[in-house]
Amino acid sequence: MPPRPEPRPLADLLAEVGLTEAEYARLCAALGRAPNYVELGMVGAMWSEHCSYKSSRVYLRRLPTQGPRVLQGPGENAGAVEFGDGLAVVFKVESHNHPSAVEPFEGAATGVGGILRDVFTMGARPVALLDSLHFGPPHEPRNRYLLDGVVAGIAHYGNCMGVPTVAGEVHFAPGYSANPLVNAMCVGLVPRERLVRARASGVGNPVLLVGAATGRDGIHGATFASAELDARSEERRPAVQVGNPFLEKLLLEACLELLATGDVVAMQDLGAAGLTSSSAEIAGRGGCGITLDVRQVTRREAGMTPYEVMLSESQERMLVVVPAGSEARAEAVFARWGLHTDRVGVITADGLLRVCDGAEVVAELPVRLLTDEAPRYERPSAPPPPPAPLDLDAVPVLDPTVALAALLASPNVGSRAPIYTQYDHTVQGNTVIPPGRADAAVLRVAGSTKGLAVTIDSAARYATLDPRRGAALAVAEAARNLSCVGALPLAITDCLNLANPERPEVTWALAETVEGLREACVAFAIPVISGNVSLYNEGVGSAIPPTAVVGMVGEVPEVTRAVDAGFKAAGDVVLLLGSPQGTLAGSEYLRVAVPERPELALAGEAPTLDLAYEARLQALVRDLVQQGRVRAAHDCSEGGLAVAVAECAILGGLGFAAEPGWRAALGDVDGGTRLDLLLFGEGPSRVVVECAPEAVPAVRAAAAAAGVAVTELGRVGGTRLVWPDAIDLDLAEATARWSTALDAP
Amino acid sequence: MRFGVVVFPGTNCEQETVRVLRDLYQQPTELLWHESEDLSGVDCVVLPGGFAYGDYLRAGAIARFSPIMRAVERFARADGLVWGICNGFQILLEAGLLPGAMRRNASLRFRCEWVHVRVEHNRSPFTAACQPGQVLRLPIAHGEGNYFAPPDLLAQLAARGQILLRYCDAAGHVTAAANPNGSVANVAGLASEGGNVFALMPHPERAAEAILGGTDGRWLFDSVLSKVHLAAPA
Repeated sequence: MPPRPEPRPLADLLAEVGLTEAEYARLCAALGRAPNYVELGMVGAMWSEHCSYKSSRVYLRRLPTQGPRVLQGPGENAGAVEFGDGLAVVFKVESHNHPSAVEPFEGAATGVGGILRDVFTMGARPVALLDSLHFGPPHEPRNRYLLDGVVAGIAHYGNCMGVPTVAGEVHFAPGYSANPLVNAMCVGLVPRERLVRARASGVGNPVLLVGAATGRDGIHGATFASAELDARSEERRPAVQVGNPFLEKLLLEACLELLATGDVVAMQDLGAAGLTSSSAEIAGRGGCGITLDVRQVTRREAGMTPYEVMLSESQERMLVVVPAGSEARAEAVFARWGLHTDRVGVITADGLLRVCDGAEVVAELPVRLLTDEAPRYERPSAPPPPPAPLDLDAVPVLDPTVALAALLASPNVGSRAPIYTQYDHTVQGNTVIPPGRADAAVLRVAGSTKGLAVTIDSAARYATLDPRRGAALAVAEAARNLSCVGALPLAITDCLNLANPERPEVTWALAETVEGLREACVAFAIPVISGNVSLYNEGVGSAIPPTAVVGMVGEVPEVTRAVDAGFKAAGDVVLLLGSPQGTLAGSEYLRVAVPERPELALAGEAPTLDLAYEARLQALVRDLVQQGRVRAAHDCSEGGLAVAVAECAILGGLGFAAEPGWRAALGDVDGGTRLDLLLFGEGPSRVVVECAPEAVPAVRAAAAAAGVAVTELGRVGGTRLVWPDAIDLDLAEATARWSTALDAP
Repeated sequence: MRFGVVVFPGTNCEQETVRVLRDLYQQPTELLWHESEDLSGVDCVVLPGGFAYGDYLRAGAIARFSPIMRAVERFARADGLVWGICNGFQILLEAGLLPGAMRRNASLRFRCEWVHVRVEHNRSPFTAACQPGQVLRLPIAHGEGNYFAPPDLLAQLAARGQILLRYCDAAGHVTAAANPNGSVANVAGLASEGGNVFALMPHPERAAEAILGGTDGRWLFDSVLSKVHLAAPA
């Protein structure tokens, strides 16, 4: 095939498509010729970090992906595990960081749209959405703009789709000011036997493109997502796609209806790198070839070139391979939902992705060159200098009442209601524990007495100090959150957000992060079944801390026995299960106590994590919840013990009074431990539970059998939060401060 | 009683509505496709929640032109029971089967939360099982629930007993603070002059089972199924 004359200098072309000269040379060598312009664009997109995982693949394969209940591990549009009662639960998390940084509303909205498609492409009906959001401090106007836009975008898309957004996390820290993180997760359910995969097969089978018409939006979005943001990134706003959730709702219903007919060979949504990646992936997984005719693609704009059609990232599109002869039936299903269908290609045996423009072949590339044979890098890796030791003498011991009030009003601690009330979290009529009530959301499942528990967590503050431990702590927290509602963790989806891997300390952090995930997953026997890596989250003078986001799905054995975190009855006993003390390194307390010295929050050693102890604690909590022995359970996280107890009180509308001897009970026998450490120290393996007085002996016995410490903290009741000789705060005031923490200043 | 639940492109609450009617109340219930004009055998048409046609232009503005709305209109004129929930309320306003209009929430934000509404009277097939003044706790989930009617129309609606539900606090006081969306006179639920068409912004179908956090929605389903004869307008 003759190369097309292209008058522009090669260096300009390579910059446009995001390839290095070495990668270009590799491409020419593999092809035995120079690529033409269309081919260069296709390869640039497929070899982008976003599509190829070229800097992370060598590490990702260390993650455990097997387990007795795993039905589908990484490599498909989403992972799947056996739920029981004939059902598979399908889920995945994905980042939409770069688009959200320049156009928060559409960036976040299309992030939700993309992850929904990943799940229903597998044949599953989406039943829950979750989000992990990281921003710079919300009092800065730019960050507030990003927060408001992202939340509105998520709401716009998820609400219209009728999929409840039931859980999430929002974290504010200076490292995200220029580089916000928007990770969206979707969970779906499907009868086991209806799980479908994106593997094309059957030479001669037709390839259909359905959904939205193709426009010029999002061209080179994958490349954009694989580079640092810079001062000119704002100019990329037109590269951010615009979402149409209504169209996606039609696509969802039509695809599920078509799948139910059995007339589907394979399905693959169009995401990053559009038609190029979807056709390459569906053919690559099936080990076949595919020929497309771009002239058959319905356009939104006149005059689009084959290059533009192949690289468009227009949303709400799906590639469907159907058995030859069934095209008309498939078209009728889509037509019923008002969707047009383009017959754009055919499956071949030659292993080539061939693009035609009518009779003319405009690109012809081996599928494997685009997928498995993309470059892989083991980039130079070197640890940064270790964090400075934490000098606690530089931290004043605040009046604990003042400190508690301030912590409750911190944007990292306070109520998320201003966010989740913008999300429809009750649609579909299955939300048993809604957002804000507990450490995880719980959904009932039609046809089952079991519940589905979901959570999404990260531990970036600790990962800043130690990426490996931070990643392990994120897994531990997610599993603990599920355990607190009584759920057994089933599997993980992870999104690794890091800065530029071309810096050795970032690649080091990536490797350490994966290692930390691996250690924790192995210890808890929780496999990773899907995930995403987002690199180059830096630029404009700042870089994000390594942020491993862990989405986790669990099974509540008996959904009616799930508990939330709110105190239920005056007179009940409040116990701390697990480690009596935490640490102040990296804590929210440091940020609140010494805001003028932010470097202190970046000093010291991350909390240690005893994985075996943590696993025993979690099993204990799950058993106690399912046996009905505890009425509320809440993980101690940001703000430590006093904040966790305060949150239980606020949620239940009931006060709390600690035992007079609470300090000694927490191990401070001689009164020599800092009060702030006792009350606001943070660490894993700590869960606050409420139980009826008569249940205490059984709880103690179960804890002793599990080898988990029990500390009796005090009693539920009254209208104040009282820790003798330390804290006395009116519950109404605490509630008011906590409730307004995210309000605009 | 035979229910027909209408599905427009973009409707997304039909399954939970059917679940309540068919599974909890054991009533024959069918889905009605928007292209159909056949309501034969249906005793009560339900327009469920969602985003019909994406709510583009205005919520309900496009759905009202669906073929089935011609049938719903005929059905309503013949005194058939028509029940709009959330998006269904918006569509019935756009179709002119209920008076007034819906604007975006005063906060300009979507709101999903539990609210309280006060039952103004029980001379309606949709509130017949309730007591006047009874407070129901129901979830809302909408971005355009800010009901508006000009003062003269509003006075007329109140005088005719067409306002069936108002947002209130837990004690039944109709206050500005208890109004989640800025609706004029805290209107949450409205009936037609004949009383056979009724719509509300809250979602009673999401409040029919204790496991979902409340059962007050059942008062409205109980009412419809109590087959009380249509009361004359007050």
